[in-house]
Amino acid sequence: MFDDPNVVLHCEKIDKIYPGTKALDQVSFDLLKGKVNVLIGENGAGKSTLMKMIAGIEQPSAGKMYMDGEEVHFKDTNAARAKGIGIIHQELSLFPNMTVYQNIFIGHEHKKGFFLDDGQHRRGAETILKRLEHEIPPNTMVGDLRVGQQQMVEIARNLIQDDLRVLIMDEPTSSLSAAEVKVLFKIMRELMAQGISIVYISHRLEEIMEIGDHVTILRDGKYVADADVKDIELSWIVENMVGKNTQYHRFERSIDLNKAEHILEIKDLCLPKQGGGYLVDHVNMYLKKGEVLGVYGLLGAGRSELFECLMGMHPEHTGEVMYKGKKMNIRNIAGQIDKGFFLVPEDRQSSGLIQTLDICKNASIASMRSYTNGPFLNSGAEEKAVDGEIDEIHIKVADKKLPILSLSGGNQQKVVIAKGLLTKPEVLLLDEPSRGIDIGAKTEVFEIVHQLAEQGLSLIVVSSELKEIMAIADRIYVLSNGKVTGELEGDSINEDTLVRASYAGLGTGKHSA
Amino acid sequence: MSEKKSNNNLMMTILKGRTFIVLIILVIFFRIMKSNFLDPTTLAMIAKHVALYGILALGMTFVIITGGIDLSVGSVVGLVGMLAGGLIQEGLTLKMFGVTLYFSVPMIIIFMLLFGLFTGWINGLIITKLKVAPFIATLGTMYMCRGFANLRSGGATFSSIAGKEGLGNVGLKTLGSNWFGIPAGVYIFAVLAIIAVVLLKKVPFGWYVTAVGGNEKSARLSGIKADRIKIYVYMISGFCAAWVGLINTAQLSAAHPASGDGWEMNAIAATVLGGTSMAGGSGTIVGTIVGAFVIGVINDGMTMCGVSEFWQKVIRGAVIILAVVIDQTQRNLQAKMALQARNENK
Repeated sequence: MFDDPNVVLHCEKIDKIYPGTKALDQVSFDLLKGKVNVLIGENGAGKSTLMKMIAGIEQPSAGKMYMDGEEVHFKDTNAARAKGIGIIHQELSLFPNMTVYQNIFIGHEHKKGFFLDDGQHRRGAETILKRLEHEIPPNTMVGDLRVGQQQMVEIARNLIQDDLRVLIMDEPTSSLSAAEVKVLFKIMRELMAQGISIVYISHRLEEIMEIGDHVTILRDGKYVADADVKDIELSWIVENMVGKNTQYHRFERSIDLNKAEHILEIKDLCLPKQGGGYLVDHVNMYLKKGEVLGVYGLLGAGRSELFECLMGMHPEHTGEVMYKGKKMNIRNIAGQIDKGFFLVPEDRQSSGLIQTLDICKNASIASMRSYTNGPFLNSGAEEKAVDGEIDEIHIKVADKKLPILSLSGGNQQKVVIAKGLLTKPEVLLLDEPSRGIDIGAKTEVFEIVHQLAEQGLSLIVVSSELKEIMAIADRIYVLSNGKVTGELEGDSINEDTLVRASYAGLGTGKHSA
Repeated sequence: MSEKKSNNNLMMTILKGRTFIVLIILVIFFRIMKSNFLDPTTLAMIAKHVALYGILALGMTFVIITGGIDLSVGSVVGLVGMLAGGLIQEGLTLKMFGVTLYFSVPMIIIFMLLFGLFTGWINGLIITKLKVAPFIATLGTMYMCRGFANLRSGGATFSSIAGKEGLGNVGLKTLGSNWFGIPAGVYIFAVLAIIAVVLLKKVPFGWYVTAVGGNEKSARLSGIKADRIKIYVYMISGFCAAWVGLINTAQLSAAHPASGDGWEMNAIAATVLGGTSMAGGSGTIVGTIVGAFVIGVINDGMTMCGVSEFWQKVIRGAVIILAVVIDQTQRNLQAKMALQARNENK
């Protein structure tokens, strides 16, 4: 039994196991009543997973949860809602094809007899949006709203519950403007005054210092530390979030990069955002031959979009890209691959693999035209090339004719890298190459990156994990809100500078410039 | 564990060869019901029908592997028949010069094949450039082609497709005759099937088709021009439909505007029976050929046994649903085995 009047919900040694990974490992967590409970951790630390357990979206593999001194089981979101738990998702879960009021009241419709009482829905939506200081007409289609407004609708949807006790907010501010964040904070204070407890997940550390009451830090699915915000400093958070012990060893370079030529120069690269502003905002960068260039930044900082511009996926971008001293005309992906570029994408399942093909074909698909005799495919040459890469980057493959999904995440990732290498690239772009793979495979991927750079390949690696990028990169650019907010090299690379630069462009926290 | 695994393997072999097993069972069944079922004349008749569905299904296989569908093929069969029949019977009248041109049969065949490619190209453009879902795009062109087929003659049949010696346009009927005792359509089916196998497995194009259907985003990032691949598969489908239009007209000795009505469904059924996934990303030509034979044997077998046409439809529908259910079982088992292999590797 667990009973503490200041704790609205208590998690006891929660485990969550997904095939291949342990997302949560014996995590205990107290949700304090009427406070802003902040959860902090790097991507993949388990924050969102823990919240999914509390909101009933997923069920723990082991462990218990208590509310009001009684053990609770949430078999679905309705069960959690019945206990007064609401969640605002990181990815919006609205219906873009329905109106604002329909979105707000879906699942909690008012009825007149058999029929929906849309009048009451509209009035209810108006009232609640007024309280949120966003008087959006309730008949507007949600798909027509700006992302920030959609976020407000998502919040409004949770507020119509009278018996709301806990509101979980998973990175609610990542798409909000500074003014919208101010309103959100005001609402959070109001909610707290009504006794509602809030769980707040954010990467913007300055925000946490402003609004948070109590901080809990997770790392690699484990509980690390917790403290009251008034007792701690930013550097304490960074230290605990990143950890001191899981230091990757730093790679030593044998190439003298000072003498290396600039293989790539990006000048004033801009990618306009729908509805104003920029996803990539006047970015200037260069890449030396044989260099491992790191790009660090938070979600939505424009990292993936930068890569997409370089791969010709956004022909509408402006600015110049000089490649080997010549202005490059970026038109489409196939053209960029021919010129020597290759992108290993962030999401392996949705954009890296072709799940219906075997391992061999997944590796050879991008370079298939180079294994032909006349019009015909030369399987011998193809398999030889694939075997070469399997050896080169040590992919653990029993039989390369097996389905690609028979490999572990790390080996799948290596196959995607092999696919890229077989196109004989000169600039390899890696977007979060270590996402979703275990720690051993991560180290191996870094070794591959290092080895390739030593062979003279130029690489740009995007990562949101500090330790990783510090270990692997020769030089680091920090992106924030589409802008370059820092360039660090050699001894100037340290955690604090990186983290501070990564939210420098946001202009939301009270300390930011 | 190993016993379970070998059970799975056995299960897998049976599931993979299921269409072929079904075909054999059907043949034995109808042989018992009708003693003349395996006579050369019966077999030739079945083969004649199978060739038509089969050729359509070859093109359909490429389309379905990309995750699309081509509902227009039946109407293209009808329209090609009408255009070819019209060219033979009436020729091409150029009013401004006051002449009527008659083309030789090889020329007409070439024109019709080009026309088939053209309809596919239009389908492909509507799907890739105008971003219309394949089902809707080809539903639209299906109606349009059927409309044009009727408009060509005002709904009448062209019945003199034998041509005239004096005009030099004799010979289309040979596509409907027997060559060395085997219907001409079967030879064409065989040649097109071999080309299809080569296209799907032996040249990079086929793997690009599979890749686009398996995961279009990944395929694009691998430098595959997905739009172009999609346009090509609809052109292949249109090309196959044009062949069927020509052979069918020759077999009937007449061009009728309603020819080929509903044949797209036979082609889709044969493809799906052959193990091609409607979700895209996997499928084989050999499977499709076996699937076409299953459809042909069921149709002709039931007719010979005197099953009413109404019941035939019910049974055909049930067979298709059953095939897809078994297909999903195979996929689930495959996924399970992949996961097992992955855990053992650890």
